[in-house]
Amino acid sequence: MNGAAQVTPQAVEYIRILPEIVLTIFGIIIMMLDPLMDERRSQRTLGAVGLVGALAAIVATLYQSQYPGVGFWGMVNVDSFSVFFHFLVTAVTAVVILTSYEYMEVQQIRAGEYYGLILFGAVGMCLMSSAVELVLIFIALEISSISTYILAGFRRRAAISSESSVKYFLLGSFATAFFLYGVALMFGATGSTSIAVIGQVLASGQPPVLAYVGIALMFVGLGFKVAAAPFHVWTPDVYEGAPAPIVGFMSTAPKAAVFAVLLRILFEAHAPGRLWLIWVVAALSMTLGNIGALVQDNVKRLLAYSSIAHAGYLLVAFAALPANGIPAAMFYTASYAAMNVGAFAVVSHLASAGERYVTMEDYAGLGRRSPLLAATLTIFLLSLIGIPATGGFFAKFYVFSAALQANLVGLVIIGVLNSAVGAYYYLRVIVVMYMREARQEVPVSPVPLGLGVALAISAVATIYLGVLPGRVLEYATRSAGDLLR
Amino acid sequence: MNSPTLDSAILTLVTFIPMAGALLLLLFPRRDRDIRIFALVVSVLTFGVSLHLPVYFERARAGFQYEINTPWIPTPNIHYHMGVDGISMWLVVLTTFLTPLCVLISWKSIHERVKEFFILLLIMETALIGVFVSLDLFLFYFFWEATLIPMALLIGIYGHERRVYAAIKFFMFTMIASVFMLAAILWLYAKLGTFDFVAIQTAIRNGQVDGWVGAAPWLFLGFFVAFAVKVPLFPVHTWLPDAHVEAPTAGSVLLAGVLLKMGTYGMLRFNLGLFPDQSRSNAPWIVTLALIGIIYGALVAMVQPNMKKLIAYSSISHLGFVVLGIFSFTQAGLDGAMFVMLAHGVSTGALFMLAGILHERRHTFEITEFGGLATPMPVYATFFSFIVLASVGLPLLNGFVGEFLVLSGAFRAREVYGILGATGVIWSACYLLWMYQRVFFGKVTHDVNRTLPDLDMRERLALWPTAVAALVMGVAPLLWLNAIDPAVQNALAPFAQLASKVVGQ
Repeated sequence: MNGAAQVTPQAVEYIRILPEIVLTIFGIIIMMLDPLMDERRSQRTLGAVGLVGALAAIVATLYQSQYPGVGFWGMVNVDSFSVFFHFLVTAVTAVVILTSYEYMEVQQIRAGEYYGLILFGAVGMCLMSSAVELVLIFIALEISSISTYILAGFRRRAAISSESSVKYFLLGSFATAFFLYGVALMFGATGSTSIAVIGQVLASGQPPVLAYVGIALMFVGLGFKVAAAPFHVWTPDVYEGAPAPIVGFMSTAPKAAVFAVLLRILFEAHAPGRLWLIWVVAALSMTLGNIGALVQDNVKRLLAYSSIAHAGYLLVAFAALPANGIPAAMFYTASYAAMNVGAFAVVSHLASAGERYVTMEDYAGLGRRSPLLAATLTIFLLSLIGIPATGGFFAKFYVFSAALQANLVGLVIIGVLNSAVGAYYYLRVIVVMYMREARQEVPVSPVPLGLGVALAISAVATIYLGVLPGRVLEYATRSAGDLLR
Repeated sequence: MNSPTLDSAILTLVTFIPMAGALLLLLFPRRDRDIRIFALVVSVLTFGVSLHLPVYFERARAGFQYEINTPWIPTPNIHYHMGVDGISMWLVVLTTFLTPLCVLISWKSIHERVKEFFILLLIMETALIGVFVSLDLFLFYFFWEATLIPMALLIGIYGHERRVYAAIKFFMFTMIASVFMLAAILWLYAKLGTFDFVAIQTAIRNGQVDGWVGAAPWLFLGFFVAFAVKVPLFPVHTWLPDAHVEAPTAGSVLLAGVLLKMGTYGMLRFNLGLFPDQSRSNAPWIVTLALIGIIYGALVAMVQPNMKKLIAYSSISHLGFVVLGIFSFTQAGLDGAMFVMLAHGVSTGALFMLAGILHERRHTFEITEFGGLATPMPVYATFFSFIVLASVGLPLLNGFVGEFLVLSGAFRAREVYGILGATGVIWSACYLLWMYQRVFFGKVTHDVNRTLPDLDMRERLALWPTAVAALVMGVAPLLWLNAIDPAVQNALAPFAQLASKVVGQ
């Protein structure tokens, strides 16, 4: 903590933001290459640069994990917790870029700054997971949000996409304002914006009322970002309009990062009064998300409601005790990322030009026309249901057992009933794919290499987390220890 | 052959040979004939390997045998713990016995998406065996849920007209019910930090669980609901007729033959094993539901115009016997329940195969479409009569032994149980024989039926094993019962203490 006295950061401190630096450099390279290249042919090259950037960031993360500690005057902290989320975000970024490759060509969207924005967004998300100072967290949140606002509107020719972008932008800025207000109040209550100091102050005595309000406001802002009810109303519209790979991206990576922030704020800062706040939000999200999803015919909207529900399951872990709630939440973000990115990868492939084929009807008979693709989507959907041998099962399992250990029986019952309801609408997709004949044949183009790799990674990750969850969970448990120390 | 390594590996082998076969099938080219032959070879091989279990089983020993117990996932503390006792061993063998017959019976009737069908069938077999051999509650739940998907797909893709409805209904009923079981399992884990069945059982018997008194009734119900839907017990049985009528023949055979037994097996193993007190105090209403199931199932079966639906309702009735036997808490009752499970698996499996054979020829299950079939199809009629008699409970065939034992146990528990249960035997004779009469006797009523071909070699091959098994089980039930007996005694041990406690007071 005596870093405050020091004027220039040491070399090792740059390693602690190495992944962010790498991502930024590659993002800038893309921006600089873009005007130099032929409009129509730029997409492949830029995509390749973006992919290399994401992979380099993964390597940087691995390298960074050797040098844990704080840096930059106590603003960033590299611990196994942040490394976990860095890895998650960069991996999702890589998979999403692989998915976008084909999508952008089919949709005839000019690549331009698309890949750059994805990388910049990833910078914000990575920074969110390692930032331990509220103002930096805010800045990181903004970096990530602004990139995704623009990305959501990238299907320029479709009105619905612009609607999605504007809606997301307006409501999103409103939410970040809430967060900022909360930060200000927290500073007023404790005299610091450093999470560690706030934690000490709040743990030392009876927390002031201002701190409760501050936490609540920050929670509202972050709750919006993870699409938790009652701050979820934007989700279906935005997800419906945004390009499918981007929905896969923004429903997983920024969410994971925001959950990381929430974990830090709620547990490391010993936030007071969190229990009932979370209880209500979690119960509402699960219930509203699942009920909303029941009646959807558009697969993207269905997955949007499902993501609200999953945010709810995840929040259940936040109501549990830190010692097993944190690893459960971390595991959940990882397995949710794997299965949801995969599901959206399939959706974006099937959507075809202009995202014409995104309704349930268009999936009819997929099991016959493209058995492998249907089987892959089935794996992701089964995981979203929470069937054993998939990551989704253990995710729910850890969350609910953590909640049970905290004696939150009511919340677990709500959660368990909700996952039974959830089974119905995921199953509907499977049923349509395998058991219904297509009224009109929707063309399915063969899966290109990039997408194939993306799907394989997601599917393998989903199954791996479902069969051998031990190592990931062990790592998450260790990080939780780091976080609580 | 009976080395220690093989002993500990045998259950893994039996469980995962079908799975390995399914994975290999994935790589097969779409040549339907080769796929069928390969599936047959795999399932016969599994049956052969599974015979190791009864051959080397130490009959007199009560505990679990062929155990394997290695850590699988450190946190939560999940072990790959498998083992069988006299109860589960026979259910494993029943599964491996029926699967090759399912392959044979689906030889021609499945002609589209053949590869997927056999892959699903083999995955299904692995999941079913896994349910019976798991001794870790988590592993058990894992396989329990894993049976759902292949079965729902088998019904939904290969079934008859209303297959999608039936598949979803089946899935939702069993899925929602098993969620309660998961909640109960999680509670036990939260308190005890282990999923190991034996460890949990010991802890409960020694009274080492905090808050047990308040929670136990709810935990009992959590398990019970999941099992009751699977059995299915009276008010939650409505998925069964739909699922059976719509399922392809092989699906029905496995559904009736094995899947329903998961429920009764669960009651026997978990409800009785972990919650003896609650089992006893809840027995009156459970037995009442079982009796309603016996009589209601039989009465509804009687008026069914659809042959397959009739057999489906007869399953509800027969499974009622099993529940009655289990909750009579007598040696005879439990022995009988086990025996009815096995006998029902063989004879109802055979009945569904017979119905399927007729459907292949005429594409209908309506009883009125037939009549006088004994003339064009004498061999078929003979097999059918043999199996019907076995199912009705003719002495010296398999149905009789189990029902007799269950009823004698029920009489000992409470006379009125026995009396009401015994009417079920009469009803089953009524509806099955009446159905037989309408289908086979008299003159041929529809001209199309005059030229129906009799059984071919493949169909005979599928039916002979069931007929032989029905006969042997009826003549020499001790071959089965001497392994079941010690396990049942073991399961009943806490009840004997309970009874002596009551007497002591």
